[in-house]
Amino acid sequence: MTATSSPPTAQADPANRPGPPLWLLAEVTYRCPLHCAFCYNPTDFARTTPADELDTDGWLRVLHQARALGSVQCGFSGGEPLMRDDLEILVAEAHKLGYYTNLLTSGVGLSPARAEALKAAGLDHIQLSFQDTTRELNDFLSHTRTFDLKQQVAGSIKEMGWPMVMNCVIHRLNIDHIDKIIEMALALGAEYLELANSQYYAWALLNRDQLMPSRAQLERAERITKEYRQKLGDRLRIFFVVPDYYEIRPKKCMNGWGNVFLTVTPDGTALPCHTARMLPGLDFPNVRDHSVQAIWYESEGFNRYRGTDWMHDSCKTCPDREKDLGGCRCQAWMLAGDPSAPDPVCDKSPAHHLVQDAVARANQPGALAARPLIFRDPKASRALSEQAASSSAPARPAGTTA
Amino acid sequence: MTPATSAPPTACPRLNGHFRLQFETAQDAWVLLYPEGMIRLNPSAGEILRRCDGSRDIPAIVAELEALFDTRGLDHDVRAFLDMAGTQRWITLS
Repeated sequence: MTATSSPPTAQADPANRPGPPLWLLAEVTYRCPLHCAFCYNPTDFARTTPADELDTDGWLRVLHQARALGSVQCGFSGGEPLMRDDLEILVAEAHKLGYYTNLLTSGVGLSPARAEALKAAGLDHIQLSFQDTTRELNDFLSHTRTFDLKQQVAGSIKEMGWPMVMNCVIHRLNIDHIDKIIEMALALGAEYLELANSQYYAWALLNRDQLMPSRAQLERAERITKEYRQKLGDRLRIFFVVPDYYEIRPKKCMNGWGNVFLTVTPDGTALPCHTARMLPGLDFPNVRDHSVQAIWYESEGFNRYRGTDWMHDSCKTCPDREKDLGGCRCQAWMLAGDPSAPDPVCDKSPAHHLVQDAVARANQPGALAARPLIFRDPKASRALSEQAASSSAPARPAGTTA
Repeated sequence: MTPATSAPPTACPRLNGHFRLQFETAQDAWVLLYPEGMIRLNPSAGEILRRCDGSRDIPAIVAELEALFDTRGLDHDVRAFLDMAGTQRWITLS
């Protein structure tokens, strides 16, 4: 922060005191009826059992404390948040406190009765995800079961007057159907569609070689998306997120560490991003033991990578340091083995070759790995936890080394 | 979406039901909330939007703003803002 040109202020707080956690993501459970191979939940999620989940009162306390600090957007996520039968209670309290309330769901479990109850509780928005698109796409094309569920859920969303926002994780196995995915969103009456390329964390990192599209696939998908944007205009707004491995400068991850974003995991651990728990040497606080205010402003975990003081010299002296803040700490740890290193996506990073190698593998003819996908389920999670316990290195895809 | 200024003069701007406008003490500002996002408004934008409730036409909004800020000649600025707000789908006209 000392390198910035912000003027000194007369306030007792230094100019670099962070603003409030505007975004609160409540990951209310890791339970999920789906088993997506690109899930960003930690691979050891099964260590958190349903008995470990924060109870209703615990979540209500978090909602109150974060709102008092200035949180204004509240996302209910998971796992599948509809697995919690107190979701309506939490949404109602969040609404009463003045949050804009978002439910991030696969739609599984969203019966018309629950949709009505959530509407009555004051839910502002549902983001409906295609979690298992290849199957859904096949279903869509053949008009079978899952598509029927999505249609029913989309109907409920419309009926309740919620904005219709759909999200689809894009990867090597479905990216060639991008036109069909857009058509499906249109058929369901979506107003917004997020085509989010899989980011390679947790389960998606394990499955990276199977999930990463080739450059040709990516360029085709971008071209088709652009054509649809022109054709559809305001009828459907389409957002396309490219996988950062194809960039040469890293993303400004979470818009800055501990800057606007606060995640609370099912067991009450507070994190500056969805995946930060993987980072070594950081003891992230739990909302059972500390107030949200103490966690946000005073904890070591939230202060560790704020601003620019923690950076290696190569980032500190970079003209883009404020623009991307050195990129993603988790990616630096997973790929370079050092959470303070430059994000290896950056082509100035000494570890950039690891990203290039992964991209090169994705672009070899017939590159699709023969290894089967590892699906996110409790059994696989327990097996991966046992492996991790016998190693202090970050989990990496099979066959890669730092 | 029809830009606000191309609407008949009697049109009454109304906040799009998918957006929520509220004053945030922590930010000392009016904010516009929408799915997973927030726009922090400057004071005049906040004062215009909080009047977009479907009951006031544009001249009425202009008159109230001129009284509030004790000034005149805001017609052009208010219409330009409403035009932009219409393009952004923050408001509709009824």
